[in-house]
Amino acid sequence: MAGLRIERAPSPVWVRSLIPVFSIFVTFLLVSVLIISAGASPLQAFYELLIAPLTKTSARADILMMATPLILTGVAVTVAFLGGYFNIGAEGQLFAGAIAGAWIGTLVTDLPSTAAIPLMLLGGFLAGMAWALLPALLKVYLSVDEVVTTLLLNSVMLFIVSYLLNGPWRDPVSGWPQSPTIALSGQFPVLIPRSRVHLGLLVALASAGVMWWVLARTRFGLELRAIGKNREGAQFLGIPVRSRVLMAALISGGIAGLAGVSEVGGIHYYLSSTLSNSFGYTGIIVATLGALTMPGAVLAALFLALINRGALSASRELGVPVYLADVIQATLLLVSLSFLLLNRYRIRIRR
Amino acid sequence: MPAVEMRGVTKRFGPLTANDGVNFAVERGEIHALLGENGAGKSTLMKVLYGLYQPDDGEILVDGRAVGFRSPADAIASGIGFVSQHFALVPRFTVAENVMLGHEGGARLNPRQMRAQVMIAAESLNMAIDPNALAGKLSVGEQQRVEILKALKRNCRVLIMDEPTAVLAPQDVEALFAVLRDLQKQGMSVIIITHKLNEVFAVSQRVTVLRLGKVVGEIATEATSPSALAELMVGRQTLAVERNTDHQRQEPVKLEVRDLKLADKRGGLRLRGLSLEVHGGEIVGIAGVAGNGQSELVSVLTGTAVPDSGEVLAHGQPYPLGQPKALPNLKIARIPEDRLKAVISDMSVADNLVLESLDGFTRLGHLGRQQIREHAERMIKDFQIKASPGDLVRTLSGGNIQKIILARSLGQQPEVVIAAQPTRGLDIGATEYVHHKLLEQKERGAAILLISEDLEEILQLSDRILVIFEGRIAGEMSAANADVQRIGALMTGAGG
Repeated sequence: MAGLRIERAPSPVWVRSLIPVFSIFVTFLLVSVLIISAGASPLQAFYELLIAPLTKTSARADILMMATPLILTGVAVTVAFLGGYFNIGAEGQLFAGAIAGAWIGTLVTDLPSTAAIPLMLLGGFLAGMAWALLPALLKVYLSVDEVVTTLLLNSVMLFIVSYLLNGPWRDPVSGWPQSPTIALSGQFPVLIPRSRVHLGLLVALASAGVMWWVLARTRFGLELRAIGKNREGAQFLGIPVRSRVLMAALISGGIAGLAGVSEVGGIHYYLSSTLSNSFGYTGIIVATLGALTMPGAVLAALFLALINRGALSASRELGVPVYLADVIQATLLLVSLSFLLLNRYRIRIRR
Repeated sequence: MPAVEMRGVTKRFGPLTANDGVNFAVERGEIHALLGENGAGKSTLMKVLYGLYQPDDGEILVDGRAVGFRSPADAIASGIGFVSQHFALVPRFTVAENVMLGHEGGARLNPRQMRAQVMIAAESLNMAIDPNALAGKLSVGEQQRVEILKALKRNCRVLIMDEPTAVLAPQDVEALFAVLRDLQKQGMSVIIITHKLNEVFAVSQRVTVLRLGKVVGEIATEATSPSALAELMVGRQTLAVERNTDHQRQEPVKLEVRDLKLADKRGGLRLRGLSLEVHGGEIVGIAGVAGNGQSELVSVLTGTAVPDSGEVLAHGQPYPLGQPKALPNLKIARIPEDRLKAVISDMSVADNLVLESLDGFTRLGHLGRQQIREHAERMIKDFQIKASPGDLVRTLSGGNIQKIILARSLGQQPEVVIAAQPTRGLDIGATEYVHHKLLEQKERGAAILLISEDLEEILQLSDRILVIFEGRIAGEMSAANADVQRIGALMTGAGG
């Protein structure tokens, strides 16, 4: 009898490292259909999306700016996912960090930047941790599914932000639903003159670097990875599973909180509900596409920023909708997840 | 003409032959026991009959006609039913809905008719069962009866029951047997897979005994005796009595287990007051049919389960129950039943070798990568592991994975070794290596508790043999006076 059968068979390492490349390729094939139906040439569109932004200095700077929050949320999600904790709540944790950053930012008028900015970052990290604490405790002690709790807390956070901005924090000067502007000393310095690339980029790269070291070179990292790969085995080996997972969830929340501070201190200088363009959710794509590695997360964040920036010019030049970038990102996530799954199995024709 | 006949059925899984030219026949209106130790091939044979596996050789006849089952659907269509140990009921459906599921007979449901049909079927078997009850709220025994009703609804004429009493409380066992006898009166054939001798005699008319995938006997139940069946089941073996027993028992007790009790999630007692002692320089083997508390005993001793009562002492000190982390420091080495739960397959050999004892390889939380690598290279050499430190464990053979576990546990000069099924699934070379390492630890003076389903292995290595039955030690003997027939009887609850 002939038929299809799916077998478990892990691919060799070199195939696995090519998965992101395959995923991107297949995604662009799929997206071509949409581009054609929008009345544009796919090749031209891909040129505008992927190449054109790299040829202009200002666009290159934009990419770095746009990648900054994605690196942070990508690193945050990676840390949690590696420990087998599926933190879908980076978006809410980002806003928790943004609230803390905006609040501390208005209080530091008398401090120099060298004190004000670290204080904001610390506050944002702690706020992100605090927002991640409840679902982490529920998961570790009561086995409540963290996917559900972290996801739903994102909506709760949006309402808190909305309450703050329409209530106590409404800008007294303009009356807009945005918080008062933070002190000058809390505003992040610009790294590249005449661009909006700010200190947040260094914070993001440093977070990725530190977390790479923690995961690869410390006992905590080794044990966390062991838990993520075989929880039962880790338990057998005497690894304190609960405390390690709890810690990973909190660090993840803290780093997502840094992304919020970075957007407040580096771009907007106030809290608003449009502060994040779903950076927390995009962090999941970044982490997945980066194959849960730190260098991978940084590269994936840069790549997604490139597409976002490219979509702006593509829509200007070719008239394709700017939402093309969102479609590409979503397709990319689905394709890379499918590849990751297929990579663990093999389809065989049975006779 | 038999209701079902299997002729020369062979089923292989890779290098393992689970069924080897098996002939098996069940008459109409007969309760037929399929007896054998775990791994004898009983379940495999019945899965072939039910179409879950395709045989590599041999044929199946139903009512004298040759059939080829490609899936259970084919087997069901030929009137074969299978009640597995794991019930397939929808907990939130009623009994009637569960029974009728897949046989609604049209797009529109007729709940009243469904209930009536189920009632009639239940009454014909003297089953007291409420068709409106939710399946999830029923007791295990009742759920099993619903499974039987499901099979009947599919016009089953040969019912296979896979270890039906394993999940039942004693009072439910008698009720089940009554149902089976009623089925028999209606002309149905029943095959009951079991490794319990008392059940064979309680309910069956004929018995087929499997050992190592082959039929070793087919007898009318009334023409045989428990001891004869026990002997068929475990086989006669010649003992390799070439063993140094000089320093046996001269060393003090290093592992002591007192009155251990442990209940499973359903509340059934898996360990019922188990006690044992192991001296230094001694291997104590625990023989028994799987499912009599071995796994639970291993879980307690390897720190993954906490007993409800009782105590364990290692060299006189209370054992850190439920704290696997504390065990290596107390010189307790663990070789668990499921080796894939003791390694992280997606991590490297080097990492796996140190995960249990990271204290020695970290300074202020920072890993000594160089140290870890050197340790791995040393262990790979000492334990002849065919791998390099950076290889992922998942790419290694079972024997090499077991060597990693041996290196990790025995490399620390243990005082107590808990070895559970240490050679399961290994080839001859790797098996000999493991045996050699265990004997080496014994010579060093370690106390070794060997839990194995492989009786030959127990006889070969142990200085003393304990037989476990239903969560207790049912008997003890020194290796010198080991008597296979007596062990077999004790294992199956037939001896005393």
